[in-house]
Amino acid sequence: MTDRIETKFIHSTGVDPLTGAVNVPIYLSSTFHQKSLDSFGPFDYSRSGNPTRLALEETIANLEGGKRGFAFSSGMAAISSAFMLLSSGDHVLVSEDVYGGTYRFITEVLDKFNIEYTFVNMTDLNEMANAIQPNTKVVYLETPSNPTMNITDIEIAAKLAKANGCLTFVDNTFMTPLYQNPLALGADIVLHSATKFLSGHSDVVAGLAVTKDEELGNRLGFIQNTFGSVLGAQDSYLLIQGIKTLGARLGQSSESARTIAEYLHNHPLIEEVYYPGFSFHPGNPIHKRQAKSAGAVLSFRLKDKKSARVFVEHLRIPVFAVSLGAVESILSYPATMSHGSMPVEEREKRGITDGLLRYSVGLEHPDDLVQDLTQALAQVARRNGLSIAN
Amino acid sequence: MTKHSLETLLVQLGNRSDAATGAVNPPIYLSTAYEHQGLGQSTGYDYTRTKNPTRSVLEEGFAELEGADAAFACSSGMAAIQLILSLFRPGDEILVPEDIYGGTYRLLDHFASAYNIHPKYAEFKDVQDTEQKITLNTRALFIETPTNPLMQEIDLIAYAALAKKHNLLLIVDNTFLTPFFQQPIELGADIVIHSATKYIGGHNDVLAGLVAAKGESICERLSFFHNSVGAVLSPFDSWLLVRGLKTLPLRMRQHEANAKAIAEFLSQQAEISDVLYPGKGGMLSFRLQEEEWVGPFLENIKLITFAESLGGVESFITYPATQTHADIPFEERTKRGVCNRLLRFSVGVELAEDLIADLTQAFSKLKKEVVEYD
Repeated sequence: MTDRIETKFIHSTGVDPLTGAVNVPIYLSSTFHQKSLDSFGPFDYSRSGNPTRLALEETIANLEGGKRGFAFSSGMAAISSAFMLLSSGDHVLVSEDVYGGTYRFITEVLDKFNIEYTFVNMTDLNEMANAIQPNTKVVYLETPSNPTMNITDIEIAAKLAKANGCLTFVDNTFMTPLYQNPLALGADIVLHSATKFLSGHSDVVAGLAVTKDEELGNRLGFIQNTFGSVLGAQDSYLLIQGIKTLGARLGQSSESARTIAEYLHNHPLIEEVYYPGFSFHPGNPIHKRQAKSAGAVLSFRLKDKKSARVFVEHLRIPVFAVSLGAVESILSYPATMSHGSMPVEEREKRGITDGLLRYSVGLEHPDDLVQDLTQALAQVARRNGLSIAN
Repeated sequence: MTKHSLETLLVQLGNRSDAATGAVNPPIYLSTAYEHQGLGQSTGYDYTRTKNPTRSVLEEGFAELEGADAAFACSSGMAAIQLILSLFRPGDEILVPEDIYGGTYRLLDHFASAYNIHPKYAEFKDVQDTEQKITLNTRALFIETPTNPLMQEIDLIAYAALAKKHNLLLIVDNTFLTPFFQQPIELGADIVIHSATKYIGGHNDVLAGLVAAKGESICERLSFFHNSVGAVLSPFDSWLLVRGLKTLPLRMRQHEANAKAIAEFLSQQAEISDVLYPGKGGMLSFRLQEEEWVGPFLENIKLITFAESLGGVESFITYPATQTHADIPFEERTKRGVCNRLLRFSVGVELAEDLIADLTQAFSKLKKEVVEYD
């Protein structure tokens, strides 16, 4: 009998064999005593392996259906470590609306090591196929993308990559293994900013990676140990505990997100709502096929920066901050926050205009969130009215 | 304001930093995100990877200790070295002493094969000899002193002058001595790195790295890579390091006193062929007379722990050949003096007499076993 993922979330770390403790102990020890010269135990130094971190790494590998899991000190540490599998002269193909931090890493750090890159619109498979070069080694994508929620067909992208001898890396932060399993769709490495839904409480910065096979796992394990961007034991524990409520949290948040998306769609001041759960969203058929839910993040466009400013000033419940995927609703302004590191022309080309806001829906009562939106949008209408009168 | 001594600075690190509550000890800010009051407004904190109040206490305090302009806390000592290496470009060369930590060797080796950034190894005994190895592509000197595990001291003042002459960065791994015994930036270094897992943390309960640097442009670039690559230290671990720093002077004095007593003791033992101790700090290495004694010796020590790592309150003995330096090929390792009889001793802060008693009993069993084998 195979347990469903909601059950795995709760029980995947098992019980401590030594004491019966239901929760994994936090092993802060940086090093481990060895009994003899000839036979070392399973752990020698915490950078190379730590029992608490291992419990987390096995958990995420199990949840994503992969062979090996790795925990890193941030989402960017996970992403950068995966890219460090490459060497000078290699080329990567990247979906054009990746997270701003990933964009910065590729254009300014990978570039410095003479690793080439091309950004392409991965919703267009022809464009993607045409951009593959003889030295392309990795196809990197996020779906839904951040913040404009474009959908890439993981299965087809992975097939295309494989046919050209490339690996496929998928950032699965927005969906989590609850809703989307990129490895089952053909990806080779799944990446997470575990700071987001997996931990869920805005209290851990962490990254996770899962490889589909053992060989790639060994290579990424070498990078993790050699570069040393590992996750600490306390943070590993917080993440294990966070994952236990992922099913409950993300389920509730996603339901509220649908309510909010529909509300915003019907509001006259909102020019556009980016939400892959709408049947008219161009990526909806693909998304429905490869993911179980539209998730808890959506973006929407107000007319201009001034409207956005008034809206942000009056919205009462969500915190106005970077990040997403937490118990509290978080409103972000991608133009200066998540995508602040992207040049303005690149940003606008990707639809990240001055009126765009991203809403990560939390666990507050959905009626309260909608009421809050109503009053803030009323203020925007009033200010716009006043400015017209002036 | 009078400049306080190192001891006072360390004890007071982070104290009264929380004006809102008056808490003597700084709070641990686990929050990943920080609210913005409005569009374009920020408290200076946006996202914990970029900047975290607890990590700032550590980074600002540590910069002051090392006489640096800025410090960066990383998720491990290797992450700190990785951060430094991101300053270089394909084609660059870095001059490194032959006797270097195995993890650094492995990382440099990877940078050579993946990114064409090459370490060049030199003995670092004679400055003129070292200078011969500098080429047009050399960008930095990367030094550990004393070296690990052979405990050779490298003259930082002389190498600072050499670095200046050739316009090279001088990077110093200060893990073994800490700012309590050695402040490389004052001697002319540009960047100091630490495996803070060791003496800075001091309790074998946190894995961390620190980078401290002098100069606006270097600090800006390091800050960019620290945030972009993301190998940052967590708030909890940052707090543990702040806590560890408060007792650093007390611990370092005791480590050194014990190490001196043990070096003296070991040098008088018939089972020991040589003792490598630079006369300061808490680290020493020694060679047993016979390679086949290594196994029984490590199995018989009771109080001292056989484990990798160093710099904690408890004493550790490490076997570099298979632990810290296992990634260096056998011939290369032996050539450098890290032979199969070499043991590294991180002398803890236990009572020195107890440590000596433990060594004595292990040596006596060794003799018995050897007699039995005969």
